[in-house]
Amino acid sequence: MIKVENITKTFGELTAVDRVSFTVQESENLVLLGRSGCGKTTLLKMINRLIEPSSGEIYIDGNIYNRRPEELRKKIGYVFQNTGLFPHYTIAENIAIVPRLLGWGRQRIQQRTALLMEKLHLPAEYLSYYPQQLSGGQQQRVGLARALAADPPVLLMDEPFGALDPITRASVKKDFKQLDELKNKTIVLVTHDVQEAFELGQRICLMDKGRIIQSGRPEDLLFRPSDNYVRDFFEDQRFQLEASVIGPRDYDTLIRAFDHFKNKGK
Amino acid sequence: MRQQSDKLLQQTLQHIGLTFISLLIALVIGLPLGIYIARHKRAAGPVLGFAGVMQTIPSIALLGFMIPLLGIGPLPAIAALFLYALLPIIRNTYTGIEGVDPLVKEAAVAMGMTRMQILLKVELALAFPVIMAGIRTATVINVGVGTLAAYIAAGGLGEFIFGGIALNNTEMILAGAIPAALLAILLDFLLSLVQKMDRRRRLSTLWAMPVLFLLLSSFYVLPFGYSTRLLAGFTPEFMGRSDGDIGLRAVYGLRIKTVVISDAVMYKAAYEKKLDVISGYSTDGRLKTYGLVVLDDDKKIFPPYYAAPVIRTEVLERYKELGPVLNKLAGRINDSVMTELNYRVEHLNQAPEKCARDFLMEQGLYREPAPATSGVIRIGSKIFPEQYILTDMYAMLIRGYTGLQVETKTGLGGTKICFEALKDDRIDMYPEYTGTALLAILQPPADIVSRLGEDRDSVYNYVKKRFDEKYHLTWLDPIGFNNAYALMMRKSQAQQLGIHTISDLTNFLKKDKL
Repeated sequence: MIKVENITKTFGELTAVDRVSFTVQESENLVLLGRSGCGKTTLLKMINRLIEPSSGEIYIDGNIYNRRPEELRKKIGYVFQNTGLFPHYTIAENIAIVPRLLGWGRQRIQQRTALLMEKLHLPAEYLSYYPQQLSGGQQQRVGLARALAADPPVLLMDEPFGALDPITRASVKKDFKQLDELKNKTIVLVTHDVQEAFELGQRICLMDKGRIIQSGRPEDLLFRPSDNYVRDFFEDQRFQLEASVIGPRDYDTLIRAFDHFKNKGK
Repeated sequence: MRQQSDKLLQQTLQHIGLTFISLLIALVIGLPLGIYIARHKRAAGPVLGFAGVMQTIPSIALLGFMIPLLGIGPLPAIAALFLYALLPIIRNTYTGIEGVDPLVKEAAVAMGMTRMQILLKVELALAFPVIMAGIRTATVINVGVGTLAAYIAAGGLGEFIFGGIALNNTEMILAGAIPAALLAILLDFLLSLVQKMDRRRRLSTLWAMPVLFLLLSSFYVLPFGYSTRLLAGFTPEFMGRSDGDIGLRAVYGLRIKTVVISDAVMYKAAYEKKLDVISGYSTDGRLKTYGLVVLDDDKKIFPPYYAAPVIRTEVLERYKELGPVLNKLAGRINDSVMTELNYRVEHLNQAPEKCARDFLMEQGLYREPAPATSGVIRIGSKIFPEQYILTDMYAMLIRGYTGLQVETKTGLGGTKICFEALKDDRIDMYPEYTGTALLAILQPPADIVSRLGEDRDSVYNYVKKRFDEKYHLTWLDPIGFNNAYALMMRKSQAQQLGIHTISDLTNFLKKDKL
């Protein structure tokens, strides 16, 4: 469980994150959504102390990690937009970084690496390759494998599919959604892509100018926007979004959507 | 020959040792400093600026600055080489770390690596090829600049090189220059192998590097020769001459611990008690400055060194008026006058030109320059004050008494450079010494040398005759003074130990050993 309490981050004159509070429940997928410059990445980086907050507290499972952020970070997987793979390490070594820091045995690391390679549909011979020998999509899969290597309870993802072309993105995302490793993980994902937020987030925090404008389930944001900013934010893609949130089991939503269209028609 | 190959080995080992001691110190200081300025950008400018300025100081000058601070011997040489090695190491460490992708560093932090782990496993690992390139540059610089260590009694391959230049001995220059060049190429190649090494193989090699460097450094302190209570400092030229160190050993049986040193700092080092016996020139002004006394050459191994102008014969024939004008100086300057003139320039810091004019005026020889009509005479000189003074006197005489113009080319390194320039028609004349011409240029068989012996006129006549036959060069009349080689000591020490002749010195050292 992650609890963010009244967090503020200022860079000189600029307030990047402004008195933000939220909680992510165990095994929940939370998406921080917003346009670039809204403070969502800064917020994400403060969770594992890549950036120190100016004020406020962050609790991970009830603890504050001020003194030894390294200990905290080993328990949190982190996926970067541009992979951040070590260019001088092979794929096997890249995946093994955190397990090695934790002092795992050789055999355990090998088994774990092989398993992740399989789950992420990466051929085993890639283990001895260097990152630059792989395609962008493959590198991103390795980045994901590296974040998951030590089976951390928490996963932070910063625009994990942002740098990929649409076809690769669709394929990586598909494998990502099917990954059983992620079922029990607390995930915070940052994106500017509304569709992606709806696809992957159980809950969405919509941010603007360092503040959370509205947070809630996708359909809440869509159908019960707290203000015009939220309404306008989804306006361009409303039709696709509504179709995506309406599952056949969800009659309540279906009827509300129907009403909405009817009203819109007037 | 065997002695020479022993010497070559010794000098090569000394050279390697010198290179690696300074490199090791530069690494120990430069690496952390490079890391520090990569962390604290504000310090980067001043630190790189300082190291850069050190790099721009000409190597001879840097050694010169070191002498008042650290004296002579290994210390100033190591300090100077260290300063030269510093910039490439600091700069490449800094640039290498700077060049690491910030995203990769952030990923390392995000995965929970400590600062030290990030430094070792990410920053230094990725900067490694760049840092190694810096180390290679520093090594090659050190091998090159290390040859200059021979000027300040720190040994190395420079002893052969400078000895060879002074002695007109090409083989000797090459005996120093070729090993130095090979050493630079070899070390650069070996380090390039380390640079290109795969990361994992590298780890096993890296810990061996400091050990190896330390081992190579220790070559420098390998004991060579013998130790005596008195320390001699001889010039590279003196070391290789039969009327120098070789003659001292053969004729006197002198056994003294010897270092090689430039004559520019030798006298002062003797004055400061860093050296006890030096090989000087008998008319050197510094004899007077530093309270030194010449030991009597009782077995007569130093031939006479009477100075006289040597000139291209065709120049003399083309300008008939030239010979008599140049000979106006003949017989005018004896030993004590020359010593006095040298003293004025060396110690009182008079310009050689002023010194020359004053003397000519005293002698009533000075004339204002006549209007130039035709022709230019090019006068060369070696690099020491006596030669500058003589060159200026000849220039003034030619300008005053003939319609010829004068071009002076002072500072032609040693005998070899001066003589080659004269032979190749790049200069028309320069002042030379009979002994040098005999032993360094003509190099006749030993029996001829001993037959000519000490006699001023027989040496002069032999040299004059051979130069005319062999090179078509003419020796004009001797100027008067005899600037012979001499061993000298501090006056006070020589009196205290009762040493007046070279034989006294030899005997003292023999007894002292027992």
